[in-house]
Amino acid sequence: MLQDYLFPETISEAVSFLKSNEGQARIIAGGTDLLLDIPEGKIKTSCLVDITRIPELSKITLEDGVISIGAAVTHNQAANSELIQEKAAALAQAASCVGSYQIRNSATVIGNVCNAQPAADTAVALVALGAVAEIANPGGTEYVPVEKMYAGVGKSTIDSASQLVTRVSFPAAQKKQGTAFVRLHQRKALALPMLNVAAMVALEGGKFLWARIAMAPVGPGPVRALSAEEILKGAEVTPEVIEKAAQSALEQANPRSSALRGSKEYRTSVLPVLVRRALEQAVANAGSSCK
Amino acid sequence: MSSKILKFTLNGEPVEIAVSPEDMLVDVLRDKLELTGTKKGCGKGECGACTIIMDGEAVNSCLVPAMKAMSASVETIEGIGGPEKFHPVQETFMGLGAIQCGFCTPGMIMSSKALLDKTTSPTSQEIKKALAGNICRCTGYVKIEEAVMAAAEKMREKQ
Repeated sequence: MLQDYLFPETISEAVSFLKSNEGQARIIAGGTDLLLDIPEGKIKTSCLVDITRIPELSKITLEDGVISIGAAVTHNQAANSELIQEKAAALAQAASCVGSYQIRNSATVIGNVCNAQPAADTAVALVALGAVAEIANPGGTEYVPVEKMYAGVGKSTIDSASQLVTRVSFPAAQKKQGTAFVRLHQRKALALPMLNVAAMVALEGGKFLWARIAMAPVGPGPVRALSAEEILKGAEVTPEVIEKAAQSALEQANPRSSALRGSKEYRTSVLPVLVRRALEQAVANAGSSCK
Repeated sequence: MSSKILKFTLNGEPVEIAVSPEDMLVDVLRDKLELTGTKKGCGKGECGACTIIMDGEAVNSCLVPAMKAMSASVETIEGIGGPEKFHPVQETFMGLGAIQCGFCTPGMIMSSKALLDKTTSPTSQEIKKALAGNICRCTGYVKIEEAVMAAAEKMREKQ
């Protein structure tokens, strides 16, 4: 049963609240997932440590070409940020797909990652962007790629009873780099994704320097399409190359059948189409075209 | 159970009330402050009937711990207008028949008001986006969208 609700003013105060409660306290940001899990008994905690009033956690910053998003930044703040729209379009697009407008006003991007659902839209985008999370532990600060933050389906490597993810950081897209996020869903709003794919590409002289592709739900968390990335590296930017890469994405994908959101067979058929679209849009976002 | 003193601004008036850390804002509004205009539908953030405006943003009060309202400014349907003087969006919902059973209406109106507070020239797409989290099970959404458009026009005329 919840006995207390605290508003720390600093990150270190938040972490020390967790420590002094010895596992009985837990971080809350937007709370839109947590507050469903507590009454259902999925999560037991006696104290919530609300981090949304720690000033530095509400910021979206650009410093030395690196964008950082604080733990209190909501989906709508990320989606509406001109910086994110311009330099990390995939994340702006992903953030605008989550839940409803009201949910996006409360729910945070980092909360979306820490809740560790396999197809968490912003986590998929962040993996494609190569994001790294900064984690405040009782013993000090740690940096972990978002890609490595999944311990299993719905299980984060983050223990919110002792750790606080303070921000995620990723390089802003530079010239000739582009990002994109595509999503298949049954309704245009308030629907979980049947599939989602994010891509970031770097181009030079009509070729792909490199590409990073994340797709979901085809594993416990966002999965990198490593075969496709390998095909693209150094290859010409043509529809044929993109199609070949898109087909190879299946090599790393292991979608499950969902009664609500598509069978394994359906998802397997459709995934390459989404990867192709993500790549085409990322190329366009980089200011190029695949002709 | 430990209780906490929650201080916030409700519809422009300061409020001080004892709440439990477990209380959700929707329950405090309805059961403790007797403002039952805010409806509790699904209790899971899916229907939008409980939409209120907190610090200028529309949120689902069923997913907001009451403690999150600490020092915040909260607006509910009771605060935006009433029989003495309706808010333009209340007038147009009534005038254009954007209501059937009325259960979703307070939430629809609060989402609409949050949008119109930001812009009095919303596009059709912006209205749909702002209201996508508010579900009406009686009828469609066409009249509701029309009512928001009409309210926007009224507000522009007043400016």
